[in-house]
Amino acid sequence: MVLAAFSDFMQQVVSGLASGGVYALLALALVIIHRSTGVINFAQGELATLSTYIAWTLTVNHGWSYWPAFVATLLVSFVGGVGLHRIVIRPVERGNVLRIVIVTIGLLVAVNGFVVWKWGGEPQQLQSPFGTSTYDIGGVVIAANDIGTIAVALGIVVLLWGLFQFTKVGLALRAAAVNPEEARLVGVRVTWMLALGWGLAALLGAVAGMLTAPTVGLDPNMMAAVLIYAFAAAVLGGIDSPLGAVVGGLTVGVLLNLLSYLSQYDAVSWFTEELRLPAALLIILVVLLIRPQGIFGRAEVKRV
Amino acid sequence: MKPRTQRMIGFFAFAVLVVFVAVLPSFVSDFKAREYSYVGIYLVALLGLNILTGYTGQISLGHGAFMAIGGYTTAILMAGNEQFGGSVSGGVKDLWTLPVAGLVAGLVGLAFGLPALRLSGLYLALATFAVAVAMPSTVKRFEHFTGGGTGIQLFGTDQLTGSTSNVHVLGRSFTPNDWMYYLAWSIALVLFAVAWLILRGRTGRAFRAVRDSETAAVSSGVSLARYKTLAFGISAAYAGVAGGLFAIASAFVNPDTFPVALSIYLLVGIVVGGLGGLAGLVFGAIFIAFLPLWAQGQDLGSLLPNRIVEETQKPGGPAIVYGVVLILLMFVLPNGVGGLFRKIGQLVSGRRYSRSE
Repeated sequence: MVLAAFSDFMQQVVSGLASGGVYALLALALVIIHRSTGVINFAQGELATLSTYIAWTLTVNHGWSYWPAFVATLLVSFVGGVGLHRIVIRPVERGNVLRIVIVTIGLLVAVNGFVVWKWGGEPQQLQSPFGTSTYDIGGVVIAANDIGTIAVALGIVVLLWGLFQFTKVGLALRAAAVNPEEARLVGVRVTWMLALGWGLAALLGAVAGMLTAPTVGLDPNMMAAVLIYAFAAAVLGGIDSPLGAVVGGLTVGVLLNLLSYLSQYDAVSWFTEELRLPAALLIILVVLLIRPQGIFGRAEVKRV
Repeated sequence: MKPRTQRMIGFFAFAVLVVFVAVLPSFVSDFKAREYSYVGIYLVALLGLNILTGYTGQISLGHGAFMAIGGYTTAILMAGNEQFGGSVSGGVKDLWTLPVAGLVAGLVGLAFGLPALRLSGLYLALATFAVAVAMPSTVKRFEHFTGGGTGIQLFGTDQLTGSTSNVHVLGRSFTPNDWMYYLAWSIALVLFAVAWLILRGRTGRAFRAVRDSETAAVSSGVSLARYKTLAFGISAAYAGVAGGLFAIASAFVNPDTFPVALSIYLLVGIVVGGLGGLAGLVFGAIFIAFLPLWAQGQDLGSLLPNRIVEETQKPGGPAIVYGVVLILLMFVLPNGVGGLFRKIGQLVSGRRYSRSE
C-alpha cells in the first residue's frame, strides 16, 4: 500500500521532471535574451510552436524521418531567430521598454495568426521519437518518452553550457551581455552577438516545442501555457541566471505535477487541473514580491 | 498654437463627435448600430488602459482580465448564480449593474496595484500577461460562482433591457440595437470627459511625472505608491464598466468571452490610437472592433483587392494583420493616429517643437 503510493509518487516526479525539462529549455531561451538584450520575448512560445509545425510538416507532408527533420528545424529556427533580431528587434532595441514589449507582442500575434492561417487550427499529431514503451524500474513505471525528453533537455543544456564556457564565441556572447561598450572596444561584434543570442533562443524554443508536441498534441496555442510555466521558472530561478532557469524549470514541473497528484487526498483536493496556470501566476507574483532576483539571481542595485 | 486655441479645437472636435454619434443610427441599418456599439465599449476600455499605460507608463497586458471581472459582476448581478450553487440571487436591472461592475473591478485593480508597485517595466508586463492567461481557467475552477465553462446566459432575462421588445425612454422608442448603441456611447462619452478632467489637472500631471521619470517625480514630492495604485484603480474601473457593457451587449458571458487575445487587442487599440492621448483612441476602438470585418472584405475591406481578401478571410488572417500593424506602428508611428494629428497640427501652425504633452 505504502509502496504503491511511493511508486506512484516517483512516477509523478519523473514525468514532472520531463515537463520541467521542457519549461527549463524555454526559460533558458528567455534568460539568454534577457541577459543580452534586457528584453522579455513574449513571442518565444509562439516561435517554438512555429518551429514545431515546420518539423511536423517535414515529417508528415514531405516524408522526412524524425531526426533529420529535428536537425533541419533547429537550423531553420536558428537562422530565423538571428533574422528576427536583425530585422524586427534591432530598430526598437534602444527605445523604451514599452515599445519593445509591444513589438514582441506583435510578433506573438502575427506568428500565431500565421500558424493558424497556414496549417489551420485543428490539432495535429507529432510522433514521439522515443516510442510509447514504458520501463519498470523497481516498481516505478516510467515512460520512454519521459526519459528521452529529460535526456534531450539535459543534453542541450550541457551543450549550451559548453558553448558559453569553453568557446571563443561563448566568451564573446557573455562579454556582449555583461558589458556591451567594453566588449565593443576589444573587438567583439556586439550586435551580431545579440542576434546570435536570439538565434540560440529560437533553437532552444524549437527543441522545447518538439518535445512538448507529442504529449500535449500539436495545435497553434500549444505553447501558451508552457510559456507561462517558463516565465514562472525563469523568475523563480532568477531571470538572469541560466542555472536558475534550469533549476526553476525542473522545480515548477515537479511542483505542478505533485500538486495534481496530491489532489487525490482531502487536504489538497481544492487543487484541480484548472489551477495549474493560476499556480504558475502565484509563483511569479510571490517570487517577484519576496525575492525579485530569484533564487540564483544577483540583486540589482539601482542608484536613485 | 496657443494652449487656449488648442483647447478650443479640442472642445469643438468633441462636440462634433457627440453630434456625429447622436445622429449616426439614423443613417445606418439597425444591425450596424449594434456593431458600432462595440466601438463605444472598446473606447471605454481603451480610455482606462491608456490612463495606466499611456499616461502613467505602467504596462498592462492583462486588461481583458479586469473586463472579465466587470463582465461577470454584471452577469451574476443580473441572472444570479443560484442555478450553479452560488448564493447570489440576481435580479438587478442591467443598467444598475454597471457602476457595481466598475467598482468591483476598480477595487481589484487597486489591490493588484499594491504588489504591482514593486514591479516595473518588463516584470509588470510579465505579471499582467500571466493574469490574462490564467483568467479563463480560474473562472472555470470556481464553477459554482461563475457557471464554469458553460457561462451565464443573459438573453431573454427580465433584467436585460430590450431583450425582445423595443425600449421606451423619454417618450421615444428605440429598437434593441439602437438602445444598446446609445447606452454604450453615452457612457463612453461621459467617461471620455471624466478621463479628460482627471488627466488635465494635478492628478494627470502626477501620472505623467511618474511615467517620464520616477526619480524626478519622487524628488518633486509625487508619491509613487499613491499615484501608481490610483492609476491602476481608475484604469481597472474603466475596464470593469467596459466588461459589464460587453456582457450586456453579448447577452452572454463565458470564459472565452474574455480571452488572452482581448487583452492584446486592447493594447493594439491604444497603440493605434496613440499612447498618452485621448482623441486618437476613437480610431483605436474602431480599428479593433472592425478589423475582423474588414479582413472579411466588408465595409472598408471592400476596397481591398479580392486576392488579398481571399487570404485575410482565412482563419488567422486578421491576427496576422493585427500583429504586423502593431510592429509597423512601433517603427513608423510610435504615437499612433493621435500623434499623427498632433504632428500635422504642428506643421500647419508652423511650430515643429511644441510643448511636449
